[in-house]
Amino acid sequence: MFRRSALIVGCAAGWVFAQQVPLAFTGGRIIPIAGPEIPDGVLVVQNGKIVAVGAPGSVQIPNGAERHDVRGKIVMAGLVDSHSHIGSADGADSTAPIQPDVRVLDSLDVRDSRLQKAQAGGITTVNVMPGSGHLLSGQTIYLKLRDGRVVDDLLIRNPDGSIAGAMKMANGTNSRRAPPFPGTRAKSAALVREQFVKAQEYRDKVAKAGGDASKLPPRDLRMEALVEVLNGKRKVQYHTHQHNDILTVLRLADEFKFRVVLHHASDAWKVADEIAKAKVPVSLIVIDSPGGKQEAKDASFETGGILDRAGVLVGFHTDDGVTDSRFFLRSAALAVRGGMSRDKALYGLTMANARILDLQDRVGSLAPGKDADFIVLSGDPLSVYTHVLETWVEGKKVFDRSDPKDHLYATGGYGASHDSPQTIDDEDRDQ
Amino acid sequence: MRIVLFAALCSVASAQVAVRGDLIYTMAGAPIRDGVVLARDGKIERIGPAAQTAIPAGYKTLQAKIVTPGLIDAHSVIGLSGYLNQPTDQDQVEKSAPIQPELRAIDSYDARERLIDWVRSFGVTTIHTGHGPGVLISGQTMIAKTTGDTVEKATIVPAAMVAATLGNAARADANKAPGTRSKMIAMLRAELIKAQEYAAKPPEVRDLRTETLASIVKRQMPLMVTVNKANDIVSAIRLGKEFNLRLVLDDVADAHLVLEEIKASGYPVILHPTMQRSSGDTENLSMETAAKLRAAGIPFALQSGFESYVPKTRVALFEAAIAAANGLTFEQALSSITIDAARILGIEKRVGSIEIGKDADLALYDGDPFEYTTHCVGVVINGKQIPNP
Repeated sequence: MFRRSALIVGCAAGWVFAQQVPLAFTGGRIIPIAGPEIPDGVLVVQNGKIVAVGAPGSVQIPNGAERHDVRGKIVMAGLVDSHSHIGSADGADSTAPIQPDVRVLDSLDVRDSRLQKAQAGGITTVNVMPGSGHLLSGQTIYLKLRDGRVVDDLLIRNPDGSIAGAMKMANGTNSRRAPPFPGTRAKSAALVREQFVKAQEYRDKVAKAGGDASKLPPRDLRMEALVEVLNGKRKVQYHTHQHNDILTVLRLADEFKFRVVLHHASDAWKVADEIAKAKVPVSLIVIDSPGGKQEAKDASFETGGILDRAGVLVGFHTDDGVTDSRFFLRSAALAVRGGMSRDKALYGLTMANARILDLQDRVGSLAPGKDADFIVLSGDPLSVYTHVLETWVEGKKVFDRSDPKDHLYATGGYGASHDSPQTIDDEDRDQ
Repeated sequence: MRIVLFAALCSVASAQVAVRGDLIYTMAGAPIRDGVVLARDGKIERIGPAAQTAIPAGYKTLQAKIVTPGLIDAHSVIGLSGYLNQPTDQDQVEKSAPIQPELRAIDSYDARERLIDWVRSFGVTTIHTGHGPGVLISGQTMIAKTTGDTVEKATIVPAAMVAATLGNAARADANKAPGTRSKMIAMLRAELIKAQEYAAKPPEVRDLRTETLASIVKRQMPLMVTVNKANDIVSAIRLGKEFNLRLVLDDVADAHLVLEEIKASGYPVILHPTMQRSSGDTENLSMETAAKLRAAGIPFALQSGFESYVPKTRVALFEAAIAAANGLTFEQALSSITIDAARILGIEKRVGSIEIGKDADLALYDGDPFEYTTHCVGVVINGKQIPNP
């Protein structure tokens, strides 16, 4: 009941009307992620949801359905990017290393052409984060890459109506600078613990007040956000690379009982068992070479497979602009090169990230009742020659490579970066 | 002394290698199905179908699905730039003055740099590396094989080109020169005029800086200009014509906007990595530019380029793969990282194709080299198999 109303909020009437006509995609290979690949499948979507998916004999195509012939092509669940910086998202500034009150929501520019480029890469859901130049850089935002004019058009709502997103934290070298920032790893952890202890006390005070306004502490945006983390409502997406920094994240999460996902995790292969034991998921960046900074010197294509075999939930991300959203499929293919299974690698682009973002009931696979987020590919998702031909979000086509405007975003060219910021150095520093 | 040492190394056993391939791309004619390449004393000895090419006794035999010439990265900075990206391992740009052509890459090259092993593991056997973009003229480049634990053992061309940069990347910090595009060209013109005078009448006292630039105006060495915006490309061409230079246009994100001008200039292009980020001077870059250069008949090669952060190096194989997915045929893309690259670097007599008498540099793959899920299963350099570290 809630989801339907969430869909209608912020949408034009025409868009809703178009959704009432069912769409049927036939003749192509379907990769539902939720089950085995279907060599010649049928996908039926309506009202922004998946109605049915399966072999032709098992799926009934509704009368009046608009048919799309995808013979020779592949239909796959829309990709979920668990870590991106598209849209000129910013968060904390240089006044303090821990700023839980700042929000990507308040900075995002959804007209930034990199959102179009992400659609061209087949991405339908994305976690847009502030950078890693802080111990805690602010509240992230989970977006559907709908065609929207303002950020509100792209929001995802939690069941309680709040805006879906996480908290971005980081340790290692990026967050270390001159005071008030930490200069060492030990100081980094101490500052974090200090704030979480304060948040625990704030939470306890609020609980003790029992709704009595005279007993409540003054509102504190930072404390309120940290309490969301403490009580599990807001997950922590934690940038970390070196094996000892990874263990520090696990230690802090264990002490304060917050829900956490490790991001980038270059050294994760060295502590795979510890990560598995802690039941903490990992979102990996897959990049062309090791190094670039000391803590990433041992990054490996083999990490995805090693973690998966150790029992860790593994997702991938672009960290756009560190890697380009248009090449997101590449992450899975390189992980397979490094020994990961095909199924788990494709899962890492989709359902693993859906789970990492607590959106597993809505996105990440083609299953009845889920959002009609899917992509049409020219070939196998692991092939370098494959192009994303179409990207659909909630049953609406948002990218079509055969449209010259969209082709420009897909391949680049004159004007493709219009509405994108000019400098890359500042962003690189934060990632 | 050195000649004796060389002869001693040659007599070591395993100087004979045979490589069998289900498909061998020689880049010198049609690919050979079920072929054999024989290497002796570091050079290609014979190539042909297996049925007609017996492997003599004593040859170490390697086998792969696909065999190509060892890949050539037409422009990198690795060896001067290291994988840790710390001040202590970044030597590709000296910021003390904007024009320092006398800086030699061989005085800096770390043959044991881990990124060299890394790119070799994908089949890259020759790199054009050295001083990089970031100042008006940063220094010289060199060409090396991706094996050999000292610069002497690795280097095949100790002074290849002089590296220049135009556009935003060459703007100096604070209020130092050059602060503007016009200033960049004015400074270069003044230095090149001095170099012409030096070349015409060498002074009694050697000046390394002007001497190096004199070799540029005498067309003994090319000037490689890293440049992206269309107006900067045109400025580079204008400069090249004024001083009759052998110019190599590097990066050229806007090449697709000035194809006619580049073609008319006759200058070859080392195109930006296909997956390079588009921002600022590179905002108009397109994955399809390689195909456009090819269609226009402009000679070009692909490269791994320069990155200030992660990834510390790209891999020329991957960049060529994406170009093959965006308008180049498989062989055109392979050409851009083998024989076409060799020609632009002036080393085509030694490398770039599998032909008798050339260096025995080979890359072995268990499938289409461009596919991500393929592996490079062997690398042979100078007729010797180089294992992964």
